[in-house]
Amino acid sequence: MKKSLRASFKRGSMAGVATLGASALLLTGCGAAPSSPGASGSATTSDYTACMVSDSGGFDDKSFNQSGYEGLQSAVKDLGIKEKHVQSKADTDYDPNLRSMVQQGCKLTVTVGFLLGDATKSIATANPNSHFAIIDYNDPTFPKNVKPIVYDTAQAAFLAGYLAAGTSKTGKVATFGGINIPTVTIFMDGFADGVKYYNQKKGKNVQLIGWDKDKQDGTFVGDFKQVDKGKVLTQGFLDQGADVVLPVAGPVGSGAGSAILDAKSKGKDAKLIWVDSDGYLTAPDYKSVILSSVQKTMSTAVETVIKDDKDGKFDATPYIGTLANGGVALAPVHDLDSAVQADVKSDLDQLKKDIISGAVKVESKSSPTK
Amino acid sequence: MSEKTTPGPQAPGSNDAAEPAEMQVPGGVTSEAVASDVVLDTAGGQMPPSAVPAATQRRSRDRDGGGSVLHEIFTGNVMVSVLSVLLAIVLGGILMAVTNPKVATAAGYFFAQPGDLLTEVIRPYTALVQGSIFNWAGTDLGAQLYPITETLTVSTPLICAGLGVALAFRAGLFNIGAQGQIIFGALFGAYAGFAWHLPLGLHLLVVILAGLVGGAVWGGVVGLLKARTGAHEVIVTIMLNYIANFLLLFLLTTPAFQRKGSTNPISPFLDSTALFPELLGPQFRLHAGFLAAILATVVVWWLLNRSTIGFEFRAVGANPNAARTAGINVARSTILVMAIAGALAGLAGVAQVSGTEKYLSGGVAATIGFDAITVALLGRSTPWGTFFAGLLFGAFRAGGVAMQAQTQTPIDIVLVIQSLIVLFIAAPPLVRAIFGLNPRKKKTTTSGTPGPRTGGVKSGAAV
Repeated sequence: MKKSLRASFKRGSMAGVATLGASALLLTGCGAAPSSPGASGSATTSDYTACMVSDSGGFDDKSFNQSGYEGLQSAVKDLGIKEKHVQSKADTDYDPNLRSMVQQGCKLTVTVGFLLGDATKSIATANPNSHFAIIDYNDPTFPKNVKPIVYDTAQAAFLAGYLAAGTSKTGKVATFGGINIPTVTIFMDGFADGVKYYNQKKGKNVQLIGWDKDKQDGTFVGDFKQVDKGKVLTQGFLDQGADVVLPVAGPVGSGAGSAILDAKSKGKDAKLIWVDSDGYLTAPDYKSVILSSVQKTMSTAVETVIKDDKDGKFDATPYIGTLANGGVALAPVHDLDSAVQADVKSDLDQLKKDIISGAVKVESKSSPTK
Repeated sequence: MSEKTTPGPQAPGSNDAAEPAEMQVPGGVTSEAVASDVVLDTAGGQMPPSAVPAATQRRSRDRDGGGSVLHEIFTGNVMVSVLSVLLAIVLGGILMAVTNPKVATAAGYFFAQPGDLLTEVIRPYTALVQGSIFNWAGTDLGAQLYPITETLTVSTPLICAGLGVALAFRAGLFNIGAQGQIIFGALFGAYAGFAWHLPLGLHLLVVILAGLVGGAVWGGVVGLLKARTGAHEVIVTIMLNYIANFLLLFLLTTPAFQRKGSTNPISPFLDSTALFPELLGPQFRLHAGFLAAILATVVVWWLLNRSTIGFEFRAVGANPNAARTAGINVARSTILVMAIAGALAGLAGVAQVSGTEKYLSGGVAATIGFDAITVALLGRSTPWGTFFAGLLFGAFRAGGVAMQAQTQTPIDIVLVIQSLIVLFIAAPPLVRAIFGLNPRKKKTTTSGTPGPRTGGVKSGAAV
């Protein structure tokens, strides 16, 4: 035993680590304690707690989980409320995560995505005094304490399709999705119609690859994770002659971005259209090739719903983001402004007005219904 | 081969040849030492166990070498377990300190209020217990007991699938395919649950049966390919996992599986007659699937230790050539063990669709099939070991939710900490090495070891 103990003391490396740790603590641990721990909020603090449960994509998905989370954060900043958030790792986490949020005393819990639809419904039914909001999903059988936040994304994607067709030099544009689900294909439907509308109006024949609106089928990654597959798909599109690509696959969009950057470094001219957020700001690595973005302004919607609930004005009427209410939008053309012809720009302004007024109808099988 | 005809000589309640050896050892001997003794004693399964277990032989040598009571305490099982948990907690604490801004802030004024840092580091662990065993902050008894029921619920599919993996391990097959087998079990079970409308009682039985068949088919294919063509089961199971996963995603977009009126890839709810009854009422998720998991554990224990088939499985696992020479049909054993392993994973799938989730979605199997491999290994591939390892994992999964919700520790850090704890629990030699408590260091150099295989290796290493 003596031997073994001595052996353990002999371990100079362990002692070294311990010393290092102790000295680090010594060096960093000399600060002054805050006068009253806990009360460090800048705005007037409120006891109101808003919460959020992500889907399996996580809060760093550069897509709807992230936008929703940003909305929650800005609500914390602007309204001085408390927040809690939990991230789901798998579909089986939704139910326990939602329950834990209710147990934590959340007044309003925002859930993200259709995958949480059933869990939200059952937990909301079991807890009629708590409020819930769900992003990107609506179910007519939701109880009265669930507010759906949905988007008619096809409207903004229509504009993106027109812009893509009007900017393409090769006469070919492309799109691919993460999984063949409505919140993805609604982008692709709008995009396809925008390209079609451009062809009709200008008498051109710009082709779209990667999505067939009539068959409701096209190119998909299979999930929202395989960034390298997004890159391979995009390279394939570029090889087929497409020069504008719309990836509707959350974080996989960065695979498309890197493929286009590669192509650009080889002297090929190609552009990217980002989705959900303004990619120029959220994915700055690709800002030199981002033509525009089809935005769903989820953070604003989330903050509004939280504010209403805090003020006691919660209702279960679905929030539908449209071009008219600014819930969906085509992001500004930042650095690639010179690549877009003036007439395309003015057409887009007019088209936006026409869609809002209803003169141009944008239809998708996946559009949310009231 | 006398064991095949007369399984009687084994002590009652023993899982395998390891246990008689363990029972004769006075004082705490580590389970991993027992495992090595089995190898020692049976020459890696090539010989029947000797009359005097190797552990006792070695132990008496230890005594002669002048070991003391203190030595026993410091190198014993309990000490190592305590140290491993301690080590994981300390490492996890450091990790949280590095990743959590609150902890970093508290560390910043450590000398002004040392309690703050301690509280910030300990809180997640308290939350882990509150979320998995007992919540003393709960307002009523239901809320206080909710965590333990949640642990049992989450561990149900882990235990079932873990048993499948463990069983295949015992037959010498590295079954990575639990994930695909769970998906197939869930697929078959869910279809029987929402497409057929049968009377109460019968419906659930049909669903369970369908799930077992689904898993058994998917597992049996592996056994068949292995037995008939020699295809390696690791590659086959991994590929079948992909096939099952993408087949599920595809089927969920077809009218047969998609919920009516929905365009999302999600199945209809199963009929209420197809669901496992709730054991403690609707406010708890615990369902009768947990009882099925207990039953499955008993069945697997019986199968492995009391039945001729189980003996054949183990014989094939120990040495397929010897088993073949002894007249065991190795091909048949391989197919059968994979089918049973698949059926057990299929039961896990049924527990998901018929118990916790109540519908089929693309992520119905989560990562259960892969966690099941760890569960089986942690349980040393014995039925009850797997059962308790499944409970431990279930507790971690359930507690992770609370860790995240109460203390806002990022889920990734939660998973890293939990994995560290498992790592240290699963590797006592590692913990011994870190604390310099290796009791066998002296022995290997001073005395020769009996048994042809182990002795050869060790003396070779010494040279």
